[in-house]
Amino acid sequence: MSLTAKDVAEIMRLLESSSFDSLSLEMNGVKLHLQRGSAAPARTSAVPATAPQSESEAPPNAVNSAVKKTKPASEPGLADVASSLLGTFYRAPKPGEPPFVEVGANVEENTVIGIIEVMKLMNSVRAGVKGVVAEILAENGELVEYGEILMRVRPGA
Amino acid sequence: MAIRRILIANRGEIAARVIRTCHALGIETVLAASYADLDSLPARLAHRTVCIGPAHPADSYLKVETILQAALGVKADAIHPGYGFLSERPALARVCEQEGVVFIGPTAAQIEAVGDKLRARAEAEAAGVPTAPGGAVENVNEAMVLGREIGPPLLIKAVGGGGGRGMKRVDRLEDLPAAMDMAAAEAGAAFGDTRVYLERFVARGRHVEVQILGDGKGRVVHLGERDCSVQRRYQKLIEETPAPGLSADFRARIHKAAVQFTERLSYRSAGTVEFLVDVDRHGFYFLEMNARIQVEHPVTEAVTGVDIVAEQIAIAGGKGLRWKQKDIRRKGCAIECRINAEDPARDFHPSPGTVQAADWPSGEGVRVDTHIFSGARIPPYYDSLMAKIIVHAADRRAALERMRRALAETRVEGVKTNVAFHSEVLADPEFEKGGVDTGYLPRFLEKRRAVQEVSARG
Repeated sequence: MSLTAKDVAEIMRLLESSSFDSLSLEMNGVKLHLQRGSAAPARTSAVPATAPQSESEAPPNAVNSAVKKTKPASEPGLADVASSLLGTFYRAPKPGEPPFVEVGANVEENTVIGIIEVMKLMNSVRAGVKGVVAEILAENGELVEYGEILMRVRPGA
Repeated sequence: MAIRRILIANRGEIAARVIRTCHALGIETVLAASYADLDSLPARLAHRTVCIGPAHPADSYLKVETILQAALGVKADAIHPGYGFLSERPALARVCEQEGVVFIGPTAAQIEAVGDKLRARAEAEAAGVPTAPGGAVENVNEAMVLGREIGPPLLIKAVGGGGGRGMKRVDRLEDLPAAMDMAAAEAGAAFGDTRVYLERFVARGRHVEVQILGDGKGRVVHLGERDCSVQRRYQKLIEETPAPGLSADFRARIHKAAVQFTERLSYRSAGTVEFLVDVDRHGFYFLEMNARIQVEHPVTEAVTGVDIVAEQIAIAGGKGLRWKQKDIRRKGCAIECRINAEDPARDFHPSPGTVQAADWPSGEGVRVDTHIFSGARIPPYYDSLMAKIIVHAADRRAALERMRRALAETRVEGVKTNVAFHSEVLADPEFEKGGVDTGYLPRFLEKRRAVQEVSARG
């Protein structure tokens, strides 16, 4: 037996009427993960989450910094590049060197846009989306939180 | 060093509780919260909240480097680890020592000394504190020799275990070799340490523990004992102080044992020495030490008037131990009921979800430590503790009466809780009499099940 579209719709209805926010189901090699419209805590971004999700480690892009009120995007349709770690953000590979990217730079999904240091361990941050860097929000050398928006990218070919 | 800003590396009721004392002391608070806890009560109470990672504890609350980086990033002077999570991981205490962040707790070396159960047992012996007959065994032959000497029933305990984890009961000596092999294998898988030791199994035991405060220089005071014998699968459910029915002499001896044990370690901060009181032999044995603040600390605060978190902060900040033993007076009786989001009808299965409504009791002699408000969510990633109801009264009878009323006032909707179950226990004559052993709650549940089956058959 496998899951039909009807089954999934039924399961979604059950989740909707329950008090849970997400549901994970695994049967016969099929994995189903459902999440309510906004699983994020109330303090979510004022920006509509229109951006494509960066593939793996990045948290849901609707997450906002717990403390810093992220300023709204300057134009609609921008994709958030969110931090997947808490740590110190660096825009350049080494002090004194030019930043990885500036506003206007073309980036691919794999383009390194910064480094997050967690207790001397340097973690590369990738754009996760193809396009042009539209805004840079995170300050060099400052603490960034998990889920904090570091940059915004205008998606494009 | 003056502590002006503290990073709270925990969640739930204990985070809220620590924040309250910090604010009372005029200390700034920064909460290190997971993504799932950004809108929790502690996040609302703290001056600032930083998001340390996703909901799963392994990706947030258990990451030593991230916690330390958060403390450095927000320029916190100190870290309060609460209980659970990283509170008893020597790694966090050690990196704090290296990076110059004050760890509000014991030294890494002290956490290690009591975390290794066999070493803690040896420390107890060296301090002249009674331990249960037994000791380390390296192979089956040694186990058989020692087992014969102690006599069954026996307990095989994992050196890396504790809190009821990694124990195996053996009723017959001929079963010992097989049980030894299995225990060692399980201990290796669970704790990464195959070492085990043998102890006499105490048929009727009470869990009595002593709260201490140490200045880290060899001076220790105790704040009396707590009886935590009402347990289900080693999870404490009801705690009280004083422990009912113990003689003044017995009480004094158990307090002294806890002080001796921790003085020898020059223990720093708040800690609890746990003992097993052997009901039939009228003795007590050292069980283990918890090198952190404990869930049930408020009952001690109620009878002594000491804010244990404030003392932890004072000691960590170099103000030393502000209490002398003779100044600590214990007044009346205090009882705590742990309210969990779990379903007693389904074998206490956790019941996470959104709390539609929560009305907590109040009034004279009632304290509720909770992070649950109407609309709060209980994520499935963490433990199910919702609240602790603590009552304080002149004597046990009055405290029980007060707790019954407090439980009757409590109303939680949206998730299943054990509130009504607590009321059942409090109505039970054996509990009311006081001084139950750790086998009490399993017996109570068995009895209850039988009654329910009979009434179901009608």
